[in-house]
Amino acid sequence: MTTTTSSRSTGVGRVLIAVYGLLALAATGRSVFQLFDDFDRAPVAYSLSALAAVVYIVATVALIMPGDVWYRVAWITIGFELLGVLVVGLLSIFDPVLFPAKTVWSMFGRGYGFVPLVLPILGMLWLYRHRARPTAAASAEPRAV
Amino acid sequence: MIEWFTWAQIAVAVVAGLLAVALGLFGRTPDDLTMGATALVTVLLVVQVVVSLLAPAFGNTATGSALEFWVYLVTALIIPPLAIVWGLVDRTRWSTAILGVACLAVAVMLYRMYQIWFVQVA
Repeated sequence: MTTTTSSRSTGVGRVLIAVYGLLALAATGRSVFQLFDDFDRAPVAYSLSALAAVVYIVATVALIMPGDVWYRVAWITIGFELLGVLVVGLLSIFDPVLFPAKTVWSMFGRGYGFVPLVLPILGMLWLYRHRARPTAAASAEPRAV
Repeated sequence: MIEWFTWAQIAVAVVAGLLAVALGLFGRTPDDLTMGATALVTVLLVVQVVVSLLAPAFGNTATGSALEFWVYLVTALIIPPLAIVWGLVDRTRWSTAILGVACLAVAVMLYRMYQIWFVQVA
């Protein structure tokens, strides 16, 4: 196998990767500012911001890289994002005291135009449509058996 | 930050963004128009850096956190050049859409910068 680009990084998937990269950049920028500015004010929210930023970076890389392992990493990170935005979104509405400061996932990502809520769903659809097909993988290899 | 300049800059970024997203969806590969519009957004960001560096010397200081403002501005300045490089390397219509997404992201970030500089709630 000498394929250099994965099927996930073609066509409209490139837009998905670009938006993921953008969100990774935005989340990292905010989290760096929060960590340096006043971490003690809201350690839970700020730690979560940092964690979210790391997850977005890993998800972006996983979407670009070819191979089964990265495909699985993409599923895990994108699944984690969806879980994060749903759990933190609900908690930030029902228990605002827990999240005195904004995170990328607060209020279902309202501060980011709900992109954090929509993106993992689009990402999962994309991954599902581009799952490895056993026949395609087999035909690329010399026929054994 | 100068109020009218910032609004003009946001308007340019929104128009450039919508134009490139639309042209990308219509199947246009990155061309002088969309790349030029994104380059214009970049140039205006550089002007914004100069303006915001000089403004405090004239008594025009950020009402909010200057650190947060600069994190936004520096991050925003990175985005359109990356999209332009992407558009040069990857000659597909999706690169045109990415140019648009980059410009729209810059517009949103400029609006946040505007709030940090001028508007403080509570």
